[in-house]
Amino acid sequence: MDELLFQDIDEPGLNTIEVYERRGGYETLKKALRELDGEQVLAELQASGVRGRGGAGFAMGTKAGFLPKGTMDKYLCCNADESEPGTFKDRELMQKNPHQLVEGIILASYAAGINKAFIYIRGEYDAQASILEAAVREAYEHGHLGENIHGSGFGVSLVVHRGAGAYICGEETALLDSLEGKRGNPRLKPPFPANAGLFQGPTLINNVETLSNVSHIVKHGGEWYAKIGTEKSTGTKLVSVSGCVQRPGNYEIELGIPAREIIFGLAGGPLPGREIKAWFPGGSSSPLLTPDEFDLPYDFDSIAGAGSMLGSGAIIVIDDSVSIVDVALRTASFYKHESCGKCTPCREGTNWTTKMLQRVADGDATPMDLDLIAGVQQQIMGNCLCVLGDAMAMPVSSMVNKFRDEFEAHLEAARASRTPLADAPAKLDLVGGLVPGVIA
Amino acid sequence: MSVPREVTRHEDAIPQLADVNVPDELKTWIEQRMAMYPDPKSATIPCLMQAQKLHGWLSPDAVRQVAAVMRVTPAYLVSVASFYDMFELQERGRHTIYMCTNISCMLRGADAVMAELEAAVGVSDGDVSDDGIFLRRFECLGACDIAPMASVDGVYVGPLTVDDAKQLVEDLRAERDVLPAKHLTKRPVAATFWSGGAPAGSGAGEA
Ligand SMILES: Cc1cc2nc3c(=O)[nH]c(=O)nc-3n(C[C@H](O)[C@H](O)[C@H](O)COP(=O)(O)O)c2cc1C
Ligand code: SF4
Ligand code: FES
Repeated sequence: MDELLFQDIDEPGLNTIEVYERRGGYETLKKALRELDGEQVLAELQASGVRGRGGAGFAMGTKAGFLPKGTMDKYLCCNADESEPGTFKDRELMQKNPHQLVEGIILASYAAGINKAFIYIRGEYDAQASILEAAVREAYEHGHLGENIHGSGFGVSLVVHRGAGAYICGEETALLDSLEGKRGNPRLKPPFPANAGLFQGPTLINNVETLSNVSHIVKHGGEWYAKIGTEKSTGTKLVSVSGCVQRPGNYEIELGIPAREIIFGLAGGPLPGREIKAWFPGGSSSPLLTPDEFDLPYDFDSIAGAGSMLGSGAIIVIDDSVSIVDVALRTASFYKHESCGKCTPCREGTNWTTKMLQRVADGDATPMDLDLIAGVQQQIMGNCLCVLGDAMAMPVSSMVNKFRDEFEAHLEAARASRTPLADAPAKLDLVGGLVPGVIA
Repeated sequence: MSVPREVTRHEDAIPQLADVNVPDELKTWIEQRMAMYPDPKSATIPCLMQAQKLHGWLSPDAVRQVAAVMRVTPAYLVSVASFYDMFELQERGRHTIYMCTNISCMLRGADAVMAELEAAVGVSDGDVSDDGIFLRRFECLGACDIAPMASVDGVYVGPLTVDDAKQLVEDLRAERDVLPAKHLTKRPVAATFWSGGAPAGSGAGEA
């Protein structure tokens, strides 16, 4: 398969408009504005079957088609918040080929009749935001952005907006609030952003990678694109591979190749002398899979069929030197830190799960506590305002369920290493009761 | 025009421009930023960040300056700022180290690197050293390909060894480029990098 998004990605100067245009960049935009109307561009996006690359995997053309017709202000928000642990593909796209994204944003705006576009980029991506700002400036100077683009009568503005560090702002409605200058709390849906999004106007929200595909789809046609990948997972995918592998990094694959080819073929497999014990197939929010699932085709439906999700396309590999208890604790404490606090199951659930897992890690728990942890996850799932709560509950329950033996062995080892009660110089602490093994 | 009763527009609580000494450069920056949005309030986060850059942290003065130009209350700005990890409502140093200790970095030894950073800087997580280095643990910074990694004054470096941690702090104290060989922006994509390709020294990655 030829690379699509990563084609010649490290060509010197590709981030500048000179090199991008020399390679034929913005020709697709000009041609589309000349020869197609917005509806026709939209039809190509729909025919391509391209699904969102930000996590939920919703068909992009369908979503763009939800925006009402008419001449009101309509908005596009490119989601460049990229904060799902394990995910770093958008960073590479923005840093190395920002114009591919900008051209995609203009074309998507044309397709959905949008006149104001924003890129919401996480504040930590300072270098990438500066590169994007320069690219947007160049695109204006060359007449690809602004009013009446290339005499077509169509116009769209584009602003790069930096966030300030909050995972939840990647959730699309929290992103909207944040972009309106507020705390990034998710909104209750409906209304959906397509009807009432940014400033209550119709809004299309798509991920950086999704939008970076658009110029290629329009250039070659939706039908051509739909032939790449599988029937229901079309196109290529950037996979961020990290953790215990020899060659971590971003790889562009055709959707549907076996996961084994990515983890072992591209990323080089486990570190010397190690064995892989588990892997997150789609970021830290996805339930863990095990080595007997290496041959799963890496596409949206196959991974979902195995009870997990392709998510953002981030594979995190865990080897046999690592304790799953530590992974579970780190996962839960991340979501605890990032919970916006707006709804109770998530705010309390992430907090208590973290506390309970800390006790497990410290060896201060019993196997019954594992049941309690699993039960709390059940209470969280499906009961939150946004999916952040589920994003912790799903992987944590998969860990406790699939690696129950390891959790129990950890607790048993901790118990066995304690000084047995009978031998301990026990002392009666009148305030706290009997404290075994503590001399203080 | 009636004044909507929301905190952001409580006229009495909005500092007057005449009473606040706003540096010209900041004032212009904020005004230009506000003009970029259909609703100027959208500029809140970028403007707070600009003020933080100027003052080193979001001091009460810094917040009042933004409030006076944006015509919102300082309380509103603080309520927004307190939501986001990158805003500092307490004084911090001249230099900032965010050490990622999330999953992928943990899997590659981030905790040991963090411990070494704490020792080298002489503070623990979330503190500022006497010579002005602010060190804190951070969630995934979106660079797990160079795990374990850190963002030093906004520059991504990794993969870090325990020895790199010492060198990093020495470089900072000497006010020189931190671990120049380990800058993320110089790294080609994985396929090229691992097949021994040359670093992208072309400017493609330099900000
Ligand atoms: C807690 C949470 C965090 C998210 N973070 C991101 C993110 O960083 N980037 C992203 O593109 N989508 C993220 N999403 C998904 C978005 O809500 C939304 O589905 C996506 O941006 C839509 O674009 P797409 O259809 O092109 O994938 C997140 C969702 C949730 C619930
Ligand atoms: S699920 Fe969590 S992050 Fe989402 S709205 Fe509720 S409290 Fe906030
Ligand atoms: S986990 Fe450290 S950068 Fe992602």
